[in-house]
Amino acid sequence: MQKSLLIDPDKCTSCLQCEMACSFEHEGSFNPARSRIKIFEFEHGKRAVPYTCTQCAEAWCVHACPVEALVRNPVTGAVEVKDDVCVGCKVCTIACPFGTVNYNPDTGKVIKCDLCHGDPKCAEACPTDAIVYVDSSWTGLDRMRRWAGHVDTNQSAKA
Amino acid sequence: MAGIPFFVEGTTMNHVIVGAGPAGVIASETLSRMGHGGRITVLSDEPEPPYSRMAIPYLLAENIDEEGTCLRHTDGHYDGLGITVKHDSVTAIDAAAKSLSLASGVSLAFDRLLLATGAHPIRPPIPGMDLEKVMSCWTLADARRIMEHAKPGDNVVLMGAGFIGCIILEALVARQVNLTVIEMADRMVARMMDRTGGDMIAAWCREKGVDVHVSTRVNGVSRNSDGSLTLDLEGKAPVSADLVVCATGVASNTGFLEGSGIETDIGVMVDEHLETSVPGIYAAGDVAAGFDFMTGGHDVHAIQPTASEHGRIAALNMAGNRTAYRGSLVMNTLNTLGLISTSYGLWDGVEGGDVATAADARAYRYLRLNFRDDVLVGCLALGLTQHVGVLRGLIQTKTPLGKWKDVLMADPHQIMSAYLATAQDASRRAA
Repeated sequence: MQKSLLIDPDKCTSCLQCEMACSFEHEGSFNPARSRIKIFEFEHGKRAVPYTCTQCAEAWCVHACPVEALVRNPVTGAVEVKDDVCVGCKVCTIACPFGTVNYNPDTGKVIKCDLCHGDPKCAEACPTDAIVYVDSSWTGLDRMRRWAGHVDTNQSAKA
Repeated sequence: MAGIPFFVEGTTMNHVIVGAGPAGVIASETLSRMGHGGRITVLSDEPEPPYSRMAIPYLLAENIDEEGTCLRHTDGHYDGLGITVKHDSVTAIDAAAKSLSLASGVSLAFDRLLLATGAHPIRPPIPGMDLEKVMSCWTLADARRIMEHAKPGDNVVLMGAGFIGCIILEALVARQVNLTVIEMADRMVARMMDRTGGDMIAAWCREKGVDVHVSTRVNGVSRNSDGSLTLDLEGKAPVSADLVVCATGVASNTGFLEGSGIETDIGVMVDEHLETSVPGIYAAGDVAAGFDFMTGGHDVHAIQPTASEHGRIAALNMAGNRTAYRGSLVMNTLNTLGLISTSYGLWDGVEGGDVATAADARAYRYLRLNFRDDVLVGCLALGLTQHVGVLRGLIQTKTPLGKWKDVLMADPHQIMSAYLATAQDASRRAA
């Protein structure tokens, strides 16, 4: 059974543990600027929204990559960046309408959420269960998917 | 016949795709995966396996080897999908007889045809453009020649500072040549950046040691007795060079369609199904003048995302799955010696629409948002690398920003907050 990150902004206290855990897992240092998940604050900190890739079915990033550096992991369902193949052209960063693929100027490659190969550290680190890793069939995911579907721009109609 | 796993009994549909760039390859894969394969033949007029021209600058910079330019990396990828990649080129097309004449002398029949022939570099009509050391940078063969000739310390002149010119610029600097850039327009990347942004990119390049001349016309190139070149400039002192790299634009490859009955303009005219004026013949990618998502008119968007979307949707239609395309959104991103620039949609704004800007020339930061009413229709960014894609999200969904437009007018950098707030509101309404 594939699993997905389920995010509930109402439970987020903006403690940034997820950003810390993510950057430590991927970069080996506590550097929220390089975290694949980001907390955005609203209303002067009264509301916080954790935000990362939903591993959407459309996979704009995958289709936009000119060298097949973005590949879906068949086990986790996550789209992963192959660092040895990525040339750093950044087309995926502008093609993804969710803005969840970012360019890392330090490495000249792009970075995105890879679900930590099936053991997402953000969910593990979250003290309030604002981020949980659950079966993809879980109904709460529908809302996130609709959000994703809202940005489906490719096809207008099928006759 | 081996190698055609998705052969559908009772159909012997011949799908022929002319061109092995991203549009052609993605179309062939889509056809195969739909299970409507029949026969899928991709014609490539270059000897290499299908590769990405976009990767060439990274080859020039020696970040990757030739293998790294390949569109696909799995051994037997095409065979496994029942796709035959044939190295040949089309000399003529008989639309009525549904037959292609190939350079090798044979003819090839098709039931459905996709024209994905891309574009070719063009040079200005001035003397000296045929000299051996005046080179385009378009194919892998071009890249090999430039790599052979552009040695550290050489004087190299880059003619053209458009998008392709700027991407090559980066690679030439990585090759440690002494670089002079000559651009006819009044700014760098004039087709994706306004004056403010273009000037910042030029200032940045000059700071990094590149000699940039905008608003400068080359009258001709001549060869000196020692083998070096001299560029004669309009109203300026001549410039000498060991090598001239020409990036003065590209044009769609439509020449072979003359007399075919297929309507062409700046590219092959296609409708919302990517079909040309001749039924059963489609076009995709740099050769296709498809619908522009923002203007509703026809345009050639020679960019990877358009090639990819065209290729996929053309293939769906070729296989009989009628699918309309909303049109392509023009978008570009460029790294000029470490300065990242991005443009989307109507980046120059619309009449009567509001414009929000935030510019810091010293920090090389610039953000410009263009609105029609409270909808984002285009933008420019310099120095933005985080969550850039939400700009596409907002433009392509035509999300009404409501009160967030006022926030953005006051501070364009609030774009991510505006996106999350409006996208979440939209999702809540849908829930």
